[in-house]
Amino acid sequence: MLKKTDAANIPVELIGSSPVRPDGVPKVTGMAQYGADYALPGMLWGKVLRSPHAHARVASIDTSRAQALPGVKAVMTAADMPDQDFTYQGPERVQVNFWHMTRSVMAREKVLFAGHPVAAVAATTEAIAREALGLIEVKYEVLPHVIDVDQAMQGDAPLLFEDMITRGNEQAKPSNVSRLKTFQAGDLEAGFAKADEIVELSFKTEPVHQGYIEPHAALARWGADGQSEVWSSSQGHFVVRAFTAQLLGLNVSDVVVHPAEIGGGFGGKTLVYLEPLALTLSKLTGYPVKMVMTREEVFEATGPTSGSSMTVKMGVTRDGTIVAADGTFKLQAGAFPGSPVLNAAMCAFSVYEIENARAVAYDVVSNRPKAVAYRAPGSPIAAFAVESVVDELARRIGMDPIDLRLKNAVGPGSSTIWGPKHAHGGYRETLEALKNHPAYQQPLGPNQGRGVASGFWFNGGGESAATIHVAEDGSIALATGSMDVGGSRASMALMAAETLGVPYASVRSTVSDTASIGYNHVTGGSRVTYATGMAVVQACQKVIDDLRSRAAMIWDIDVDHVVWDDGAAKPVSAEVGDFAPLTLKEIAAKRAVTGGPIVAEVAINAGGQAPGFSSQFCDVEVDPETGAVKVLRYVAAQDVGRAIHRRYVEGQIEGGVAQGIGWALNETYIYNDKGHLENAGFLDYRVPVASDLPMIEALIVEVANPNHPFGVKGVGEVNIVPVMAAMANAIRDATDVRLTALPMSPPAVLAALEDSGANARMNEAVSA
Amino acid sequence: MSKQHVQTTINGESTEFLCETSQTLLDVLRNELHMTGTKEGCGTGDCGACSVTLDGELVCSCLVFGAEVHGKRIETIEGMAPANDLHPLQRQFLEHAGLQCGICTPGILVAARELLKHHPDPSEEQVRYWLAGNLCRCTGYNKIIEAVLAAAREIRETHHHA
Repeated sequence: MLKKTDAANIPVELIGSSPVRPDGVPKVTGMAQYGADYALPGMLWGKVLRSPHAHARVASIDTSRAQALPGVKAVMTAADMPDQDFTYQGPERVQVNFWHMTRSVMAREKVLFAGHPVAAVAATTEAIAREALGLIEVKYEVLPHVIDVDQAMQGDAPLLFEDMITRGNEQAKPSNVSRLKTFQAGDLEAGFAKADEIVELSFKTEPVHQGYIEPHAALARWGADGQSEVWSSSQGHFVVRAFTAQLLGLNVSDVVVHPAEIGGGFGGKTLVYLEPLALTLSKLTGYPVKMVMTREEVFEATGPTSGSSMTVKMGVTRDGTIVAADGTFKLQAGAFPGSPVLNAAMCAFSVYEIENARAVAYDVVSNRPKAVAYRAPGSPIAAFAVESVVDELARRIGMDPIDLRLKNAVGPGSSTIWGPKHAHGGYRETLEALKNHPAYQQPLGPNQGRGVASGFWFNGGGESAATIHVAEDGSIALATGSMDVGGSRASMALMAAETLGVPYASVRSTVSDTASIGYNHVTGGSRVTYATGMAVVQACQKVIDDLRSRAAMIWDIDVDHVVWDDGAAKPVSAEVGDFAPLTLKEIAAKRAVTGGPIVAEVAINAGGQAPGFSSQFCDVEVDPETGAVKVLRYVAAQDVGRAIHRRYVEGQIEGGVAQGIGWALNETYIYNDKGHLENAGFLDYRVPVASDLPMIEALIVEVANPNHPFGVKGVGEVNIVPVMAAMANAIRDATDVRLTALPMSPPAVLAALEDSGANARMNEAVSA
Repeated sequence: MSKQHVQTTINGESTEFLCETSQTLLDVLRNELHMTGTKEGCGTGDCGACSVTLDGELVCSCLVFGAEVHGKRIETIEGMAPANDLHPLQRQFLEHAGLQCGICTPGILVAARELLKHHPDPSEEQVRYWLAGNLCRCTGYNKIIEAVLAAAREIRETHHHA
């Protein structure tokens, strides 16, 4: 149940501190078990045969030679999994269609990207499994392919699904556009008529991979009684269970998924790739089967987030009022529908109070791996375009970019393009934090520039469950079903200890398997500290009520006359009796004689989440000789509602910014004319390394969310939203050149400088 | 093809194993010796998650064949906290939240220990360049750098007082 709290004013002792995480020691000693670290007796190794073609019809698959190789125990194809009905299910922004999903896990009629799984082998060793892949004979009828989003929308583009009619434009003939949706408010024409300055720019962005260091891995054991177990690394083992059961036609509860530690996900581990294959191979062979992707497979066949083609037009009056905004957002979905384009369109203008606005969203399939969530999916892509245009508007009217944003900032009651009004503040406060930063006014050197940008993300609530067990010595076992991607066990323990009034060290915080706790949705959408944290606090409150009633029984007074204060039951006043406080530990010692085990489980569907806002500035220096961009300073202000574990909150902001810098400057997918990915490794797909970055400064802004017991909003995602635009705006400031395509890699920057003649001017600045 | 017999020392323990000539040291550690503390992020020497030392040299164990380590000394993450006595680097990583998911952490700790052997008083820039071969996708490196610098301070002060 949603209760308003006075979260901003609750006195706290532990919340906001930074104790060592409960799962820390195993992770610094090599003892923690990640997806690939599990093994079972008799285990086989599975490997996937992947399509060498970007687009082809699968005419036939002959597995007989592979089956005959000594050591091979089974070869599977899509025929070993049931087909699925074609229906879109779930909330509009995150719909799933199992007809697509089963084809994504293993191709049926066609392969739709180079790397698409077509068969899998289980063998006694990994080497034999790999050798067997080469013996599977697949006959393909190669088809023309299309990679780029704009080309995929051309009338003569090869169609991935020959019968696909655009949802939202049912009159159109079949195309690669799976979805068209327009969000609109006010009167665009009238809005632009009021503008003194109008800026319209078109943008292109590349897909980028989540880049988790741990490749996907799964171990599955099928039982002859139909009950099976899976160990895998994911952002949500309940979702792994649901998808695996659905794809294999099993009862959900006949699959138990054990959460391995996760070596990074960032959205990319919210679905299944290997689990249904490993479980099918286990069923076919009678042995446990382990599958681990290579890094090349991770790049070729998992993730990334969408690339895009966008046009944004915005108008402003001379006094700095943004009067109209119009955006078209075309996002690559990859081989199957479902890019985050609705998020992109909804988030695009969401930090601005604009009366007249429109955002048009196109979801477009092409012959590349299916797009998967990546940190605030969709929002950073749109923000790159919108925040670049806003920067140009500020320049046109000669206004400081923070002041322009402050003048148009949304607050409680501001309208959104998709309907409901904003209910929470926090955006303005991030801008003020940035503006008050001493470095914001510091002068810059030659070829240096400063850029500002902001971002919005919904944040999430949703389904979570938590249990609290009070042991006989007063120590606390806390369990949730939310995968810990970066310290959430610690924040859960902090909230539990604070609520119960016990030391942090007395709470043991864990993540349970799918058979041991209620459903928890994925660790994603910046939802865990909010929603699972709320379940934890409510479970603690239930335990407190139980402890109060046990104290009442011991004292033989009415439970309403017992309060919980500072970790102990106390009589509400001297009138009800003269009783010394009973601590949690003392009541726990009398567990058996006061009613038995002290346990509470709370399962909720948390609403009332508040969005995240981030505002950032960065200083860069551009080398006119090479086009290289060096980040000199990065300051990121973010409203988190309330920081529970301060250092892990900072860590989310620092990490999100670092990923954004990679997206801005380096990361890209390079396809050759055959539709093969040519940079499927960390050497050529270059994520930022330590020597690329400065210390990133996180400014934690805390405007409490009254819907959460401690005021939490969520922290994981919005920090990446402004980064690409902030970088582009800083490069613009340094060079007078507006870059409208990502990545802004040295060759791209150098070409832009040469085209505009800016580098000659910049070289003079250096020599002067 | 017969397997190779290899005699080596891992974290001070005399160890022998059989491996195919094609197996990497990383594969042997993880899948033959079940020492899974050393992680595989790429298998091509680009991410540093599999960092170990071989006769005192920092290497990516995915780029070394198992058969190559005959007669050599290997140190892995599993040998870093004998008798549960955490190394100052391990402790400072915990204190400074120098890990989020933790998959890169064993490799970074092994690499950072080598850094501090060679440069007991490193600058921030030295730490950044020394660890440039160890990818972390979670932290943005801030807290890793801070933890390494704090551990360096701690070790210097301990030696100073000793």
